[in-house]
Amino acid sequence: MRQQFTSLEAHGFESPTTQSAFSSSSISSSSSASDRRLKALARHLVDASPVMDSHSQNPNDTVSPSPTSSAFHADSVFAHIVRAPEDPILGVTVAYNKDPSPVKLNLGVGAYRTEEGKPLVLNVVRQAEQQLVNDRSRVKEYLPIVGLAEYNKLSAKLILGADSPAIQENRVTTVQCLSGTGSLRVGGEFLARHYHQLTIYIPLPTWGNHPKIFTLAGLSVKTYRYYDPATRGLDFQGLLEDLGSAPSGAIVLLHACAHNPTGVDPTIQQWEQIRQLMRSKALLPFFDSAYQGFASGSLDADAQPVRMFVADGGECLVAQSYAKNMGLYGERVGALSIVCKSADVASRVESQLKLVIRPMYSSPPIHGASIVATILKDRNLYTEWTIELKAMADRIISMRQQLFDALRARGTPGDWSHIIKQIGMFTFTGLNSEQVVFMTREYHIYMTSDGRISMAGLSSRTVPHLADAIHAAVTSFA
Amino acid sequence: MAFRAVMSRRVTNRSSDIGARWMSTWWGNVEPAAKDPILGVTEAFLADPSPSKVNVGVGAYRDDNGKPVVLECVREAERRIAGHSNMEYLPMGGSVKMVEETLKLAYGENSEFIKDKRIAAVQSLSGTGACRLFADFQKRFRPDSQIYIPVPTWANHHNIWRDAQVPQRTFHYYLPETRGLDFASLMDDIKNAPNGSFFLLHACAHNPTGVDPTEEQWREMSYQFKAKGHFAFFDMAYQGFASGDPERDAKSIRIFLEDGHLIGIAQSYAKNMGLYGQRVGCLSVLCEDEKQAVAVKSQLQQLARPMYSNPPLHGALIVSTILGDPELKNLWLKEVKVMADRIIGMRTALRENLEKLGSPLSWEHITNQIGMFCYSGLTPEQVDRLTSEFHIYLTRNGRISMAGITTGNVGYLANAINEVSKSA
Repeated sequence: MRQQFTSLEAHGFESPTTQSAFSSSSISSSSSASDRRLKALARHLVDASPVMDSHSQNPNDTVSPSPTSSAFHADSVFAHIVRAPEDPILGVTVAYNKDPSPVKLNLGVGAYRTEEGKPLVLNVVRQAEQQLVNDRSRVKEYLPIVGLAEYNKLSAKLILGADSPAIQENRVTTVQCLSGTGSLRVGGEFLARHYHQLTIYIPLPTWGNHPKIFTLAGLSVKTYRYYDPATRGLDFQGLLEDLGSAPSGAIVLLHACAHNPTGVDPTIQQWEQIRQLMRSKALLPFFDSAYQGFASGSLDADAQPVRMFVADGGECLVAQSYAKNMGLYGERVGALSIVCKSADVASRVESQLKLVIRPMYSSPPIHGASIVATILKDRNLYTEWTIELKAMADRIISMRQQLFDALRARGTPGDWSHIIKQIGMFTFTGLNSEQVVFMTREYHIYMTSDGRISMAGLSSRTVPHLADAIHAAVTSFA
Repeated sequence: MAFRAVMSRRVTNRSSDIGARWMSTWWGNVEPAAKDPILGVTEAFLADPSPSKVNVGVGAYRDDNGKPVVLECVREAERRIAGHSNMEYLPMGGSVKMVEETLKLAYGENSEFIKDKRIAAVQSLSGTGACRLFADFQKRFRPDSQIYIPVPTWANHHNIWRDAQVPQRTFHYYLPETRGLDFASLMDDIKNAPNGSFFLLHACAHNPTGVDPTEEQWREMSYQFKAKGHFAFFDMAYQGFASGDPERDAKSIRIFLEDGHLIGIAQSYAKNMGLYGQRVGCLSVLCEDEKQAVAVKSQLQQLARPMYSNPPLHGALIVSTILGDPELKNLWLKEVKVMADRIIGMRTALRENLEKLGSPLSWEHITNQIGMFCYSGLTPEQVDRLTSEFHIYLTRNGRISMAGITTGNVGYLANAINEVSKSA
């Protein structure tokens, strides 16, 4: 009676919700329709309740059903709520699913796919899973609020380097969180309570969920220039200017590598300049590291920007995710590290992080962290993981090269070198929304209207089709 | 929301080309946070070398050997899952299948509300996550509301609604004199609250007292809620675990549903499926119609997304595997009953032991109360003596976790309680 879990319908599996642009969630206001409903209901009631409190602010005050009436139908206290807008990415996948065309391509997906277009569970993950399930001594007790201790230590080493002085000096507090999102949110809430400058600067553009996370955490969100549409590269001057004019002490969100959604990363030299500027203005770095190892194929290389900042002895926050680099998307595995000046400070900071976490979800989920810990602490599994990780990164890089070559072969107008210069899962093609609509309609290519494509959704087989589509779009709409 | 702490920065030696402010810590003002009162008990227990030590602070089930339990149905579910999950993201609202099965438990297998799609429901991070999501939702869409919380309650309830920035009020619940329900004051508080107030109710097995209203009392509360137009939010963390029968444990909810209330429910599988560390639960809000349920669900998702994007997969797979398979579900129901029966058995044993020792005090409440916890009535000083003289660990409010009692230690525990209380 083995059950299959590949059925998308059973669990409502959907494409990962990586949004390309943020939209403000609609906060509702009272609707007149709900007032009318309330008034209609009131007219049908026997008499007003004697316990009406004229000082209550509740609009339902006018509706006090008589205790003697046999049919009581409460009016909802949430009747005024309007439906939140659809996620832009989900809309893409919904449309993709509906399309019967055999050549359709989903390039909105923010999860890795194999050459065959299938999700991939790493071999090391399967091995770790088996180890866990076969170990009858394992129990399902609550983790501590800060999560699995072993996992936390290993995660810190992974991002900061095993020989990091900050770790050796016990200056780092690491807490297990719910993937990157959870790590960012817990870090944001901590900052909103204990830090003195409540503004965070995020790059323009950035992952759609970033502004929501920090706003709900209690920070005020500003942007700094990042992407230059003209070059499809980094607007380094703009970045330096904007960070240079930020108030002293402001928090700055930095994508550690493989910027989402543009794929545009600073060079090491540029990172060094950014570091110096930030330290001179006492700006607080908050790294989002969602693609370590997945970008270049090397865990150490992808961690360089973070390690540079830690090496100068200063403080910073780092949010880690194992969603992509270990393929553990749905298990929500991540970690927040705060590098502090001293062990004493780190310990106090950790105690305060617990106060943020406990009223949010008490303690983090055990399964994914156990898988990660099993892999990271076993030399063989760890080595095998680095090989599998490199294979994923290499496939993505190969797709970039193939797409670039295909466009050049077709003589598609324009400079497409950004496809091979950008890094990570996504490419900001530079296509405009008109061109995107055309590609969807004529070629059944599904992507977000900002022109972002997921290289993970491509294969050698489908690259020619995409190249044809881009070529047609660019030549039809100059 | 933010507190602006006064920073005192020590400016150390300036280096030549960069400002020195970053060289001192940003966190000099961060005070060490108070330890969690409940979790601190276990830490102290673990540190105690005494061979006769007893941990009755723990809020997790233990078998008669004092060992944590992984249910057989859970082991079997995990065997089936291992190697088959593709680990993709769940939707923001979680596993549809798991939520469907979970709603059946709370609302009834054949609930018309489920059929009519009137329930907005999302998978949550166990009970805590469900309460927090609801509190955030309440803050966003009923910003003028506050929450009435029983006295006493699980300590984290206060933290949750505080962090959601929903003002709190309390209502009478426990009567120390009787170690039972202070029903008269409870009803007064319901009547005196402004119309349309939000109330947090423990559906069964009240934590920490173990004191539940009778069915008749629930009906009176429901009636009064109607008269006042109050909103009932049920925290149901112990369904099945209290009486051994999930249907029976959901009685309070069913009464309110029958009476037409549009309620909210936080459900948890931590205790009744032993999935503590997996963090599996569900938040549901009953709406007027399907359209409203769709709207409410979409807004709940908007709150979940900037908190954790989507909920964890593994625990949800375990739950839906078990509840979706009639054989496994039956096995689960049996195993839940075994746990509940053992607890009930320990209540009886503890009370009998105390009575046999000739304790002058009344210990009826031990068997009157229900669920994992017993509010012993011991004072903090008596609790301290239990710990220092007898190496028995519990929270200072006198709450005993029945799950920590075994046939092996019940005699010792009864003796110790008698010793510290007989001069009371």
